[in-house]
Amino acid sequence: MPCILAENLVKTYRRSQRQPGVWGALRGLVHRQHQVLRALDHISFRIEPGELVGYIGPNGAGKSTTVKLLSGILVPDSGRCEVLGRVPWQDRIAHVARIGVVFGQRTQLWWDLPVIESFDLLRDIYKVPGPDYARRRDELVGVLELEPLLDVPVRQLSLGQRMRCDLAAALVHGPDLLFLDEPTIGLDALSKLAVRDFVRRLNQERGATVILTTHDMDDIEALCTRVLLIDGGRILLDDTVEGLRRQVSPERRLVLDLVEEEGDFGDPQVRLLRREGRRVELAFDPNQVPAPALISRLTARCAVRDLFVENPPIEETIAQLYRKNQG
Amino acid sequence: MKAYAAILSAQFRTLLQYRGAALAGLFTQVFFGLVIVMVYEGFYRSTTTTPPLSLAQVVTYTWLGQAMLGLIPWNVDPEIRNLIRSGGVAYELLRPLDLYRLWFTRCLARRSAPTLLRALPMLALAYAFLGMQLPPSWTCLLLWLAANMGALFLSAAFTALLSTSLLWTISGEGINYLVICMIILGSGLQIPLPFYPDWLLPVLNLLPFRGLFDVPSRLYLGHIPPSQALPVLAHQFLWTLALIGFGRWVLARGLRRLEVQGG
Repeated sequence: MPCILAENLVKTYRRSQRQPGVWGALRGLVHRQHQVLRALDHISFRIEPGELVGYIGPNGAGKSTTVKLLSGILVPDSGRCEVLGRVPWQDRIAHVARIGVVFGQRTQLWWDLPVIESFDLLRDIYKVPGPDYARRRDELVGVLELEPLLDVPVRQLSLGQRMRCDLAAALVHGPDLLFLDEPTIGLDALSKLAVRDFVRRLNQERGATVILTTHDMDDIEALCTRVLLIDGGRILLDDTVEGLRRQVSPERRLVLDLVEEEGDFGDPQVRLLRREGRRVELAFDPNQVPAPALISRLTARCAVRDLFVENPPIEETIAQLYRKNQG
Repeated sequence: MKAYAAILSAQFRTLLQYRGAALAGLFTQVFFGLVIVMVYEGFYRSTTTTPPLSLAQVVTYTWLGQAMLGLIPWNVDPEIRNLIRSGGVAYELLRPLDLYRLWFTRCLARRSAPTLLRALPMLALAYAFLGMQLPPSWTCLLLWLAANMGALFLSAAFTALLSTSLLWTISGEGINYLVICMIILGSGLQIPLPFYPDWLLPVLNLLPFRGLFDVPSRLYLGHIPPSQALPVLAHQFLWTLALIGFGRWVLARGLRRLEVQGG
């Protein structure tokens, strides 16, 4: 049984439009014009237990709407959906007891209370049996290094500290499925690494199914096996991270550090991207010329101190896909 | 039930932190109470008819009003308002809880904690220095306490209903203004209900607002004798049930058209 099954989900919003100027505002009092926005336009996908899926797309693409549908907060206009064998919005209370959600931009902790009291409250809310709660709490406190934070009121935590506490809060009841909506937004490098490391372990060691929405492509590269790319309410791509790259451009980068500043790279099968002093960046298509052949050809021609081959940054890949879709 | 009790206790403790606000409120209430008492004294000195309450009763009624001000549902719950404006309502819906009960619990804390914080010093001050009288009997005192419990639930039901309307209006200002006037007049907070003209009284007695303040206060004074307590308490109770039922219905409709704000 798939963990999540979505078929042809459609969700539209009605937005009343304001006409400009005083006259427009007055007319708006009597006669409102509405614009219908299609946030989700026949979305279908399935996710198996234990997958760690990246759900990406530009702002306003429909990511959050999907997460809200799957977690039972919103009701779609049409389409079929089953999460953990349940229709989320039909039996919201039973459904949400089995899932955990973190919205990176908000906190689910009680602002004025010490962190530990928020955890205790969640225990009561989710009816977690005492021993289970103690075990899970201690484990989360250990892994996320929360010990020194437990007695601090939430409003006094830094963003990175708060996010670690929020992750723990989403897991106090041991959910089978975790939605992370931009969990690394605004975090410093160290906190980002801590969050990523935790999510990876959760997925690998516990087999938790995780849906991760993010704008941070490093999150995707570090964590996800599979990527769903959404824009304008449609799924543009459902593939592995490798597949995502191949989809747009198979190009790789070759970076060379030369011994001398001079040197000619007029090779028909490479494109010169940048040249700064002794460093040269080239782009090539591995389908046309295999990397070893290209390297031996170039190193035969001039003295090279160091070299490495890399993939183009995934941001560029994604940006190309967005542009392709809008164009 | 344990979940709601835990939330109630957490909210209650949070709200008890605002001691500064309570102290400031105390000064304001003493000031306004004194003004109102002076107005009544002038009125009683010049009147030619017999007022429905004695001057001493009116003075006590006034101080009760200043003490129990926090119990009056004169606005939406600011926390629910913030949740709806910011989209934090998403987290509320992610709890395996009944949303109406959760909000009712919030409102219960919102109305009880500040009242407790303000009422005790205000009552003590009024007894000691401001001419407030003790209830005529223990029965009256007990009935007053019982009616205040009823008023708390009635007030929470009102607050929950007002707060639910935010699902449509977002801001809540309009609702606040609309309701303030009705509640202040109808609850007796402005003028004790027996002072209203005879033709208006049946209407005021039918409406739910008197259960918020007038009923408990007149039970305290013995102006509603203990023998007649049952019908007025029943009136309060039935209105609470009705408002809870209506609030649930409104919330269910609101959730069907819910759009959670923000990404």
